[in-house]
Amino acid sequence: MKKLLFLAVFLLTAAVTYAGGYRVSLQGQRALAMGHTGVAVVNSAELGFFNPAGLVYLENKINISVGGFGVFSDVVYQNEQTGDFARTDSPVGTPLYLYASYKVTDWLTAGLSVYTPYGSTVTWEDDWAGSHLVNNIDLAAIYIQPLLSFKFNEYFSVGGGPIYVTGSVNFNRNLTRTLTDIDGNRSNVTIDASGVSNWGWSASAMFSPTDDLRIGFNYRSEIILEAKDGDADFENIPNSPLTPFEDTQFDAELPLPAELTVGLSYEFFDKWLFAFDYNMTFWSVYESLDINFANPNIPDSQNARMYEDSSIYRFGLQYEANNMFTLRAGYYFDESPVQEGYFAPETPRNDSNNFTGGLSVNVNEHFAIDASFLYSRFKEVDASYDFYFENGQAVPFSGTYKSSAFVPGIGITYKL
Amino acid sequence: MKNYIKYLPFLALGVISCEPELDNPVDEVGFYSNGETDFSNYVALGNSLTAGYADAALYITGQENSYPNIMAQQFAKVQETQLFTQPLMNDNAGGLLLAGNQITDNRRVLAFGTDGTPAPKIYTGMQPSTDIVNVLAGPFNNMGVPGAKIFHLVASGYGDIVGVDPAVGTANPYFVRFATSPSTTILADAAAQNPTFFSVFIGNNDVLSFATSGGVGLDQTGNLDPSMYGPNDITDPQVFAQVYSTIVNTMVGTGADGVLVNLPDVTSIPFFTTIPNNALVLDAATAANLTGFFQAVAGIFAQGAIQQGLDPAVAQGLAAQYALTFNEGPNRFLIDVPVSQTNPLGFRQMTADELLVLTIDQGALAQGYGSVVLSPEVLQVLGILQTGGQPTPEQAQLVLDAVSGVDDKDALDKDELTAISTAQASYNATIKALAQANGLAFVDAKATLSEVANGGIPFDGGVLTSQFVQGGAFSLDGVHPTPRGYALVANTILDAINATYNSTVPKVNIGAYGTVTLSNDVQ
Repeated sequence: MKKLLFLAVFLLTAAVTYAGGYRVSLQGQRALAMGHTGVAVVNSAELGFFNPAGLVYLENKINISVGGFGVFSDVVYQNEQTGDFARTDSPVGTPLYLYASYKVTDWLTAGLSVYTPYGSTVTWEDDWAGSHLVNNIDLAAIYIQPLLSFKFNEYFSVGGGPIYVTGSVNFNRNLTRTLTDIDGNRSNVTIDASGVSNWGWSASAMFSPTDDLRIGFNYRSEIILEAKDGDADFENIPNSPLTPFEDTQFDAELPLPAELTVGLSYEFFDKWLFAFDYNMTFWSVYESLDINFANPNIPDSQNARMYEDSSIYRFGLQYEANNMFTLRAGYYFDESPVQEGYFAPETPRNDSNNFTGGLSVNVNEHFAIDASFLYSRFKEVDASYDFYFENGQAVPFSGTYKSSAFVPGIGITYKL
Repeated sequence: MKNYIKYLPFLALGVISCEPELDNPVDEVGFYSNGETDFSNYVALGNSLTAGYADAALYITGQENSYPNIMAQQFAKVQETQLFTQPLMNDNAGGLLLAGNQITDNRRVLAFGTDGTPAPKIYTGMQPSTDIVNVLAGPFNNMGVPGAKIFHLVASGYGDIVGVDPAVGTANPYFVRFATSPSTTILADAAAQNPTFFSVFIGNNDVLSFATSGGVGLDQTGNLDPSMYGPNDITDPQVFAQVYSTIVNTMVGTGADGVLVNLPDVTSIPFFTTIPNNALVLDAATAANLTGFFQAVAGIFAQGAIQQGLDPAVAQGLAAQYALTFNEGPNRFLIDVPVSQTNPLGFRQMTADELLVLTIDQGALAQGYGSVVLSPEVLQVLGILQTGGQPTPEQAQLVLDAVSGVDDKDALDKDELTAISTAQASYNATIKALAQANGLAFVDAKATLSEVANGGIPFDGGVLTSQFVQGGAFSLDGVHPTPRGYALVANTILDAINATYNSTVPKVNIGAYGTVTLSNDVQ
């Protein structure tokens, strides 16, 4: 009873999920249920993302975790001065993951991870008040990572491997606040690039000084996605030499920043596990979104972002109720990388409190069903983007924003 | 597992309830207040400015950006309102047809020549398709009728297609499109809608057409019978006061609240301020030539007058006014005036305040219209004079005929300007008095336009001024606002409404409204 009370209190104080920027922290059911902690938790092949060094401590020969999430995320915007009001109608996102590990020897485990740590889908109503900044965006990146995990001894292991990333972006915005064709249709541009790929790497370590305590470290390198010769499609352009917009190619770079995680887990009362992770995402690499059009007559588009490195504090708790059920809950606080004055409505995220929960149902000794949910609560915020220019003059776009995300997820764990 | 499935609906409910909600959402009733009035059925009375006319035509996107429509969209953020309906044109080309024949020009667009110079041109990218034979099922909330003068609002038959024929001239093709019957009046159709709120912005055309015609019409002050007025005349202020009062009484009589808008100074619009009357720019040699020419004119006049028996001193005195001097740089144009005893040749230099119209033939100005058309024959006569020779009377007449003053239709002279401002001041006094007497909101549009014309009104992308094309406030006809200009009008009216009725209707961001439309789909 005391333990249940403890869990209840923990759930209540757990307030907050979704990472700032376009980081999407949905890389495993078990980890998400515990506030997306996992750098020091050894309980499934999800380690392939959270800490490959821990894979070698898994007891089974083969471990597979597969799952997915349904991301219901929305943003609402208003400006009290003008009465402008807008609500995103973003499609449901469905990030997936797959982790597999194979114990080659007692001291070496090989693995494969496929996951999607970055992405953003935001769909505003066309021609809404901020349509000169964004109408809609769909950004996706799939990480594919072969892994090796070495055990030096029962206390210490390392792991990591190269990362292959393939990504795509589709982004539409109006050219200005006012330009239209003769019928009043707003002039806009869509840039589209897919199959954009690059390489990165990750390295991790795990230290287990006692049976109850583990300490983990994981680093994933920065990867710059360089879109070359993507398609830029201009629409509703008035017929005038002053508006030399025509379909062309573009080059652009989008950074997928490096991420460092350190953390610990502690087992207590036999059936309980507490985990704490600290993430640092090196967002400062994202200074500007620059779109360079191949046609020299079309002015390039520079969009200052000036993101700052940001921290996430994650707390998770696991309770093994019985042989069948394992219950989990968590909370994390996610600090936004967006500086004041740089709040662009394509990734309208501020600091968030994130609450998570979930459970595993052990169907048999090989097979478990894992479920989780995440509720992200963002503070209502008055924000502006001050770096849009019209005739050389800054035209801030400001208003009140509020976002929320609700993410149920389901997956399976297989052990052999 | 089966047991858990029954909880799925609750999970789904959770997803829906997780939509973000702002603490004080502006789209919920109660955030803004309608104060002491009711905007639920708003009817706008007026002329082209109310209709959303721009770029010398009425077309759909202009109507969508009319100030009544902008205001109605904002009213809808304050309370539940009826749909604001407008007699929309068929297209964005803008011309009107009468049984298939085009009777008004298409809109103007800003076209760029091969040399990169911009100019307003008539749009030819699509055929106009709005035929006034097709009468729309009204009534409409926006009752603005382009071209209407004040007395037209109470004129029966103004919407009768028979009267559109210029030979008859008693009807208006725009009103024909949406009049509820051929014999109705604009005011009757407006009042019949039982509005809860109305706006009146009428009277501009009662001086504007006189002004834009360069004052070729008559000042009808003193004539109380509008049926005798020509299209370019100034309406008698008493007639104005009487009809305006009828309009207000009728609308207030329906139980509605409302707002009255006074008349901006028509002479501060780009139609009159774009071409300065000192645009006669001369180099030193040409200035000296012209000065010499007018000395010759004065000499020829004096000589002729003395020959006709005028006292030499008087003749010299009259001649002196023609000995104009010109300087290097800008000089004021000459204007034709009625021949009189004190000005027998019937021309003079313009004074600083007088105005030229936007539609003046600038090519002709470059050729000497507004100053002197120097033909080789005239130069030959000047040569004779310079060498002390004596021209024949025919040759002397050639010199006098070379003077080419600006015609009456292309300029507003001092008397015409006085007639305009006198009438306008009287109209505005009427509007203000009626607003006060009836407790209606009153908008000083004259002050707002004066601000736009003198320095401009800043917004978050620049400054809105009345400079032609670049200033952003006026469309390509130099008379009517752009969408951004209309947005400013809407904001100005909303200010007055909020102040009078303690309402909090939000104002629009004028920077989000466009200005002139670019297109090279022109001839």
